[in-house]
Amino acid sequence: MSQMLNVALPKGRLGEKVYGLFAQAGFECPALLENSRKLIFENEAAGVRYFWVKPSDVAIYVARGAADIGVAGKDILLEYQPEVYELLDLGIGKCRMAVAAPEGFEENPARTLRVATKFSRIARDYYGSKGREIDIIHLNGSIEIAPILGLSDVIVDIVETGTTLRENHLEVRETIVPISARLIANKSGFKFKRAAIERLMAGLEEQAK
Amino acid sequence: MDWNEDVMDELERIGFQLRGLYQRKGFARYRMSKFEEYDLYSRNKDFLLSEGVITFTDTNGRLLALKPDVTLSIVKNVGDCGAGLQKLYYHENVYRVSAGADGFREETQVGVECMGQVDGKAISQVLELAAESLALLSPDYILEISHLDLLGALVDSIATDHGMREAMLKCAGEKNQHGIRELCRQAGLHPGAEEPLISLLGIYGPPKTVMPRIRRLAEENGCEEAARELGEAVASFAGAEAESHLWIDFSATGDLKYYNGIAFKGFLQGIPDPVLSGGQYDALMKRMHRKDRAIGFAVFLHRLDRLEGGARG
Repeated sequence: MSQMLNVALPKGRLGEKVYGLFAQAGFECPALLENSRKLIFENEAAGVRYFWVKPSDVAIYVARGAADIGVAGKDILLEYQPEVYELLDLGIGKCRMAVAAPEGFEENPARTLRVATKFSRIARDYYGSKGREIDIIHLNGSIEIAPILGLSDVIVDIVETGTTLRENHLEVRETIVPISARLIANKSGFKFKRAAIERLMAGLEEQAK
Repeated sequence: MDWNEDVMDELERIGFQLRGLYQRKGFARYRMSKFEEYDLYSRNKDFLLSEGVITFTDTNGRLLALKPDVTLSIVKNVGDCGAGLQKLYYHENVYRVSAGADGFREETQVGVECMGQVDGKAISQVLELAAESLALLSPDYILEISHLDLLGALVDSIATDHGMREAMLKCAGEKNQHGIRELCRQAGLHPGAEEPLISLLGIYGPPKTVMPRIRRLAEENGCEEAARELGEAVASFAGAEAESHLWIDFSATGDLKYYNGIAFKGFLQGIPDPVLSGGQYDALMKRMHRKDRAIGFAVFLHRLDRLEGGARG
């Protein structure tokens, strides 16, 4: 049992896509795609156990060793800086972390910039590197509404297609960093389950070619 | 007075077993006060495992701190020993903000420090002692070893500034090869400039398997001395049971302002974080105006909470 490879998958469309890649790499677990409310799925023959977790929690499961590996967005890795290995850029779930502002917004460099975001560390690091003084307004959702209501000047958030921004008369001002899904591993688990993880990595790299 | 070993809890028992091991190997106990001048930590902030120090003002007005670290105090308080070798061990509580903890925690660590004429033989002995410490905790352990001078040289050969160097070392610690490629692309380096570093990070495993490749890579990049030191450090394990627990891996990094040469970490099956961490810190000694060379390691007893009794050897 202990030599099963424990995999934390992000719930949702991205997780299903990731499972497809893992299955093709030889880590199949058909029960995972059955319509059920189960959260843990196992294929003893393939030596793999999957569990669905909230996307932002994947890195916690991996860093704490409850999962040996997992798939997390680069945004989560940058924001929470978990002590994990970042083994592969899977090249899926692509989007970008960006600064957005109301259309026509003109920044006044003489004033502290008010930044609404879910990603306080990323925003602080980005503006810190530019020497810009900011006031971080940490929000947990519906970030786009903040500048419309005058709560902030700009937002730092994930932008995929930009549709939500456009519909709310906001526009991207700067791209901070491109984001995509990354294969992460627990540092200890990687050493004790090296063969299985390397087999998975080889399978994933083969598909990326 | 009768002595009943049953009064000790499991972590206390392990602590005393480790102390016994170090005593038998000729290390002398170093005892220290719980407090230290805060200035020592403010000058060496990056050396500490966590940000934040508990401070208070003593009755005479001096600003003191509850120790967040042991090595700095030993370096500060033990004088140079010149041609000899000082072998010390400690069993102390430190006060840190741990990842995941909401505030400060008291953590217990047992460790050794070796200062003075630290040569290849002394380095091998400390590595063997680290392996013995891990074996005492569990039969399922891995002692991961790297060489920071080799890693540092390959990073320095391509890093264009301090920021890029730090970012690359962070990527190295995360086995993040795609991150290194991206940094090089952003810096406008010629394609392939990063390949020696990527190759080094791709080499990990038992010394017997990987040392020939490391020697070849080091030779191609003018780092033969580092590869020789690494080879010498692991050679003393040849044929011993512990050899099968060694793993060379250049993701075992450290802050190059303080650490140099051999660096190592110890892992146990079932525990997510390293339970042992150590290495050479000649660079720290120099920063603190000491002439001696030094190497040491610490075992983090609080991380053994999750170790199952049955796993212990």
